[in-house]
Amino acid sequence: MNWINNVVRPKISGILRKRVVPDNLWVKCPETGQMVFHRDLEANQFVVPGSGYHMRMSAQVRLAALFDGGEFDKIALPEVALDPLKFRDERRYTDRVKDSRAKTSMSDAVLLGAGKLDGLAVVAGVQDFDFLGGSLGMAAGEAVITGMQTAVKRKCPFIIFTASGGARMQEGILSLMQMPRTTVAVQEMREAGLPYIVVLTNPTTGGVTASYAMLGDIHIAEPGALICFAGPRVIEQTIREKLPDGFQRAEYLRDHGMVDMVVHRHQMRETLSRLCRMLTGKPALAAGARKLNGPSSAAAAGGNSGSSPGASAGTTA
Amino acid sequence: MRSYLDFEKQIAELDEKIAELRGVSDQNASPAISGEVERLEAKADQATRDLYARLTPWQKTQVARHPARPHFKDYVAGLISEFTPMAGDRKFAEDEAVVGGLGRFRGKPVMVIGHEKGSDTESRIRHNFGMARPEGYRKAVRLMELADRFNVPVITLVDTAGAYPGIGAEERGQAEAIARSTECCLRLGVANVAVIVGEGGSGGAVAIATASSVLMLEHAIYTVASPEASASILWRDSNRAVDAATNMKITAQDLLRLGVIDEIIGEPVGGAHRDHEATIRSTGDALARALAGFAGMTRQQICAARRQKYLEMGRDL
Repeated sequence: MNWINNVVRPKISGILRKRVVPDNLWVKCPETGQMVFHRDLEANQFVVPGSGYHMRMSAQVRLAALFDGGEFDKIALPEVALDPLKFRDERRYTDRVKDSRAKTSMSDAVLLGAGKLDGLAVVAGVQDFDFLGGSLGMAAGEAVITGMQTAVKRKCPFIIFTASGGARMQEGILSLMQMPRTTVAVQEMREAGLPYIVVLTNPTTGGVTASYAMLGDIHIAEPGALICFAGPRVIEQTIREKLPDGFQRAEYLRDHGMVDMVVHRHQMRETLSRLCRMLTGKPALAAGARKLNGPSSAAAAGGNSGSSPGASAGTTA
Repeated sequence: MRSYLDFEKQIAELDEKIAELRGVSDQNASPAISGEVERLEAKADQATRDLYARLTPWQKTQVARHPARPHFKDYVAGLISEFTPMAGDRKFAEDEAVVGGLGRFRGKPVMVIGHEKGSDTESRIRHNFGMARPEGYRKAVRLMELADRFNVPVITLVDTAGAYPGIGAEERGQAEAIARSTECCLRLGVANVAVIVGEGGSGGAVAIATASSVLMLEHAIYTVASPEASASILWRDSNRAVDAATNMKITAQDLLRLGVIDEIIGEPVGGAHRDHEATIRSTGDALARALAGFAGMTRQQICAARRQKYLEMGRDL
C-alpha cells in the first residue's frame, strides 16, 4: 500500500499535471460561465466579449490603457512605516505584504502614473485589488495624496480608478486616518481648480467609498461594479433579509444619484479625455486626432460624436 | 441595581457583601459591623483601582459600551447651557442617532454635535443605538456649516458602533454622506474639538471626529472597525473579537502614542459609568483647555493647522 501511495500515485498525478492546461489560459466569465481565451480577453481590455462582464484589470494594464500609446512615467511613492502595529493574525502582516508585492510587483495597492491623455497631461492612480484587496493602508493613502499633490504641482487633472475592500485591518486606526488624510488632498485639488475624476471599478467599498471615492468632481462607474459603504454580507446579517437585485451595483448607484454615469470600459478613455478637456478649457479634439490605443480608441473613433456627452457615455449593454 | 461587567466579579461580590452587612446594621447597629463595612469598602475600592489600572483592550471595549456610561445628553446637561437642539438635514429626514444644536459652553456659544445611543429601550430605538444614517451626517454638515458662518466653535461627542448598515442607508448614499461630513470638518474656519466618549467606530466616527483637537476618555476605544467586524474580516469569525481588540491598538493610550489623538481625559476610578459627574467635569475642563488653544488664531490658520495635522499623521512612525 505504501508503495502505491508514495510512489505510484505521485507519478501518475505528475504525468497528469503536466498535461493539464495552465489555468490562466482560459478564463471563465463569472456571470455567464462562458470560457474566454486569455489573449482575447486581454485584447478586449478584460471585458468578456459575449457578456460584456468587466473583469478586474491589473494597475499596470489599466494605466497603459489610459495613456497615449500606453506610455506613462511611474511616479515614485513615498516610504511609509511598514507594519506600525506589529500585527499578526494567522500570519505576520509583513509576510502578507511581501506575498502581495511578489504577486503584483507593486510596492502597495496604489500605482501612480503621469502621461498624456490625447495630448493633455494628466496624473492617474489605480488601486489594484490583487494587492491585499486594494485595501487602504498608510502606503495607499500616502500614494493617493502624492498623486493629487503631483497633479497640483503640475497643474493637471487627477484621475483615480478605485478598487478596494476598504480599510486595511492590519494597520488599524492608522488605516482609518487615511480617510481624513486623503480628503485634505482632495481639498487641495479643489482649491487649485483642477479636475478630480473618480472611476469606480469593481469593487469599491468601505472607507475608500466613504472618503476620496465619493468626493470627485465627477463620478464614473464601470458597469456592474459593486460600490458601497457596508458590504452586502454585512447588511444581510443586520437586517436578515435578501437584498434586492442589482443592489449596490453601478447602475443602482446611478439611479440613486451617487454617480454621474456608468461607462463601458471601451469608452472610458474617450470619456475621460473629453471631460478633462472641457474642465481645463482645452478645445475639442479634431476628428481623427485621437491616438489609437487598443479597443478603447477603436470604439471611440467609431462612436465619438464630440458634441453630445450623454450619447456615448450613456452606457452599458 | 448596578450592572457589573464579567471581569468585575470580585468587585460585585464585595459590593454584595457590603450591601448585606449594611442591611444587618440597619436593624441592629454595632461597631463591629460598621468596621467590617469600612474594611470591605476599602478593599472594593482598591480592587476597582487595581482592575481599572490595567484593563485589557477587550475589557475597555466592554467599559466603552457600558449601558450606564454617560451619553451625549448627559454631557449636554452637565456642560451646556441654553442648549437648543436642531433637527433635520433639509434634504430627507431627521436622524436622531446624531443630535446637535447651539448652546453655551462656559458662557460662550458653541455648536454641539454627537451620537446619542439612548438609555432605555424606547430611546435606544429612537436614536437607533447611535448608528447614524446618511441624514445624520448630512445634518452634522448643515450644523457645522451654520456654526462656521457665524464663527461659532464646534464640539463633537463621538459614541457610535459605526454608521448604520441598512438598505435605505446605502440607497441614500451612506458613503457619500460620511465623506462629505469628514470633508466639512476639514474645511471649517472655526476650531472643532472632538471627544471620543465611548465607542469611536469606523467611518461613522471619523465623519464627525476629524477635528482640530481630538480628545479621548481613558477607557474609550477608537477603531477602524468594531472588534467583531474586524475579526470577521481577518479570521472570518466574529467570535474572535477579543483577539481583534487585543491586536488592533484601539485604546486611548495606544492612540496617543500613535499620534492619532491629542489628549486623554482621565476617568474616575472604576470607569465613567461609576461617576457621571466627575467624568463630565473633567471632560468640560479638557474641552475648555483645547478650545482656548485656538484663541487668537485666524480662520485660515485654524483650517491650515488642522489639515497639516492630518497630513503629518503617521509620517514619523
